[in-house]
Amino acid sequence: MHDRPLAALAAGLAAREFSSEELVRHQLDRIARLDKGLNAFITVDEEKALAAARAADARLAKGEGGPLAGIPIAHKDLFCAKGWKTTCGSKMLSDWIAPYDAHVVERFAREGAVLVGKTNMDEFAMGSSNESSFFGPVRNPWDRSRVPGGSSGGSAAAVAARLVPGATGTDTGGSIRQPASLCGVSGIRPTYGAVSRYGMVAFASSLDQGGAFGESAEDLALMLNAMAGFDPRDSTSVERPPEDYRRDLPKPVAGLRVGLPKEYFTKDLAPDVAACVTGAIDELKRQGAVPVEISLPNQHLAVPVYYVIAPAEASSNLSRFDGVRYGFRAPEYADLNDLYRKTRAQGFGAEVKRRILVGAYVLSHGYYDAYYLQAQKVRRLIARDFTEAFKACDVIAGPAAPTVAFPIGEKSDDPVQMYLEDLYTISVNLAGLPGLSVPCGFGAHGLPVGLQLIGNYFDEARMLQVAHRYQLATDWHRRRPMGPNLGWPPGKSSSAWRRMRSCPPRPRSSPAHPPPSAPRPTRRPRPWISRCPGCCRC
Amino acid sequence: MDLALPGVLPVLNAGAVVRAIRFGLAVGGAVAPRSVFARKNYFYPDLPKGYQISQFELPVVVGGEILIAVEGAEKRVRLTRAHLEEDAGKSLHEDFHGMSGIDLNRAGTPLLEIVSEPDLRSAKEAVAYAKTLHSLVRWIGICDGNMQEGSFRCDANVSVRRPGAPLGTRCEIKNLNSFRFLEKAIDFEVRRQVELIEDGGKVVQETRLWDPQKGETRSMRSKEDAQDYRYFPDPDLLPLEITPQAIARERDALPELPVAMRERFIAGHGLPASDATTLTASKALADYFEAMVKAVGGEPKTCANWVLGEFSALLNRLEVEADAGPVAPVALAGLVKRVLDGIISGKSAKDVFAAMAAGEGEADAIIEAKGLRQVSDAGAIEAIVDEVLAGNAKQVEDYRAGKEKAFNSLVGQVMKASRGKANPGQVNEILKRKLGEDAGPGGLAS
Repeated sequence: MHDRPLAALAAGLAAREFSSEELVRHQLDRIARLDKGLNAFITVDEEKALAAARAADARLAKGEGGPLAGIPIAHKDLFCAKGWKTTCGSKMLSDWIAPYDAHVVERFAREGAVLVGKTNMDEFAMGSSNESSFFGPVRNPWDRSRVPGGSSGGSAAAVAARLVPGATGTDTGGSIRQPASLCGVSGIRPTYGAVSRYGMVAFASSLDQGGAFGESAEDLALMLNAMAGFDPRDSTSVERPPEDYRRDLPKPVAGLRVGLPKEYFTKDLAPDVAACVTGAIDELKRQGAVPVEISLPNQHLAVPVYYVIAPAEASSNLSRFDGVRYGFRAPEYADLNDLYRKTRAQGFGAEVKRRILVGAYVLSHGYYDAYYLQAQKVRRLIARDFTEAFKACDVIAGPAAPTVAFPIGEKSDDPVQMYLEDLYTISVNLAGLPGLSVPCGFGAHGLPVGLQLIGNYFDEARMLQVAHRYQLATDWHRRRPMGPNLGWPPGKSSSAWRRMRSCPPRPRSSPAHPPPSAPRPTRRPRPWISRCPGCCRC
Repeated sequence: MDLALPGVLPVLNAGAVVRAIRFGLAVGGAVAPRSVFARKNYFYPDLPKGYQISQFELPVVVGGEILIAVEGAEKRVRLTRAHLEEDAGKSLHEDFHGMSGIDLNRAGTPLLEIVSEPDLRSAKEAVAYAKTLHSLVRWIGICDGNMQEGSFRCDANVSVRRPGAPLGTRCEIKNLNSFRFLEKAIDFEVRRQVELIEDGGKVVQETRLWDPQKGETRSMRSKEDAQDYRYFPDPDLLPLEITPQAIARERDALPELPVAMRERFIAGHGLPASDATTLTASKALADYFEAMVKAVGGEPKTCANWVLGEFSALLNRLEVEADAGPVAPVALAGLVKRVLDGIISGKSAKDVFAAMAAGEGEADAIIEAKGLRQVSDAGAIEAIVDEVLAGNAKQVEDYRAGKEKAFNSLVGQVMKASRGKANPGQVNEILKRKLGEDAGPGGLAS
């Protein structure tokens, strides 16, 4: 069952091919067997999950179920779910049980989705590798010595290993798209304001946005249908008529203008990743999409600007964790200030402390104008770049992450290297735009690579359409990590699998089209892509 | 109540915005078309989020003024601004042995902070300002003014200087929850600062706490340990945009303001300024007065005398507002009308009023029940006067000998004999006539 995408499982449930209880039991069994090696979950609650599954079955029996009724899902552990531990991957909240449901949790529950567990994450969503979690690093199902990306690494890994068909995440600087890329799954970050942040523990309020992971773009559309919509409890939630994010999936992409930012295809991009992304763009071209070179001139400022604004907001958002009302409190302290000092020193990890310090610094008297205010000005320039770019194109394509998954520990002592993981995703957050990542091949070490698509404001449907048309012609998103512990594919040796997953895409039905792997000497060289020595396509 | 649970977001209270607009209009300030909420970051147990949402650079109301009257003199006090912010909780240090309690019930509730320019020159002026403001916010219906519950609170910034010198260094005094404390604290602080300077010392800028038990202010925190609040715009709240339509709507809904009403009472009703000022000190009292004048059909000065006299005394005794008093304006008008048509005397009117206050019914019913109707029948009064003159030969003689006082004594005798019911005007007239008649030779006493 677990090898079917969410949309197919929904069809199976609706047809009463199997019950939600059977499906949930199957997934719980997989989690029990496989998650020891991945650490994708912080909490799994069989009892609650099975009760919800039975309730979903009752709804389905009455023909009341929506598209998500009975589907097992997981929430990133910063969405408050009533009665569930909601830890944010931190010692600070390691035992905190949420007394209320986040908007996103409410919406999934209303649709009848079955919450099976809460996924691991970088502490307070601060990180790009899932190594900063108090509950230990998540391992990438494709290679357990490597990171899954972050901060929504647990959700990405859980979907990649087919422990759940869908999971939620949040994306403040790339925390959905980068792990989706590194884990070979589809992941979407909607437009800022599309999904309510109510009940989603804040990292950087002006950048945070809830989103989802699934196998395919269609899965994402289904989940987004449940999650998106106005919520008066979040003042930044945008009031718009509800929309069906699946509506454009059947439309072909012929004539659609795909913007290729020249700043994305530079030497900063690993050649193996560049080759896969270029291959994906070729496929869109084959379908009649029109590539347009665009420029995002302030792109190089995105990471520095982000690392002023995000820590500034975080330093204030995390002030509530003071040991006074809930969560961790230092066991011994002399007075009030000592209580604050010790609680926060012991309760937060190194990366969180680093960002609180940076944030407090850039907001402090005498530095505010030079850092915070200046960063806000540049932020507007970055957003304006996109507005200009979308005059010339309908959707922007590029890499989601600069490299494939890197080994655990490789960057954990070098924050700047870690921050550069979000090179291609951060500007989207600063502009408040939607973005997604879909699998587009395998790069170095046979590890997955993601294609990032960026849409205009509230243009998720078009982004999903492009991703869906691409997935109809490719099967990267259908590939699963294998290994003795992942149970798929049965009976194949690991070397055979490695060969299989590291070869170039084979469009499922395009006889008229030459294999994209064949050298095409007649093609004009694309100056912004450097030649690569090691990838499968050169 | 805000516990600042993880994931909870702030939402602007629409009612607070409406009240801020009303205030801005009432003081003649500018209601900002766009104002911004900022976070003021500091750690304290009664501040659950670790920051207070306030307005910093762009407040909702800018400017405006309040007209105050101190010992008969009028003065304009300029306002700097009024901004919306959320309240913090309360730390309770007294109720728990060796520990502090935190009451978060009011944490997160909206409040409007009104800041004045340094225009006040004495504790008396400060109290007058605070009282006028207190009356105004209740007048326009944006605050119940309850100081005990903290619905209306004030901090006072106090500095001293030699005449002509620039403003001195100020100290901010907190914990002033009554007008009496405000006055005492400022007077204490002025003395403290003057003594300090006269002893060669220097005032340091600091926050001081008023201790009502000891009647003194004491240092809370000095500017040296002033915190850097790291203000920045709150990303959870969008800037507040107020449309001209919203402002117009509030302008239309605003009642006549006390200043305008006072002018109308002086110019329209011909009341003395002091009466007009007192009547417009509270909307309930002013409304009472207006309703009463309407019911009487004029006679504003007589109405004002009653409202400011008997009626206000009754309110003070009962400690209630005009709209909660036991005598409705129409009822009091009914009584006053009886005085005006001479049915009862002013003296018995007071007794009738007391009976009305005690809930004994309407004026007419009480007048009948107590038999207080004045005797205006000239024949009846003449008979009584004749009787009194006959029985008080000594006073008659004194009067004729030029002792005016004797006349009053005779009036008193007549009133007494009529058991207070004789119309005093008529008594005067008849008495004078009779004494004049008998003044000729062969008179009674000759």
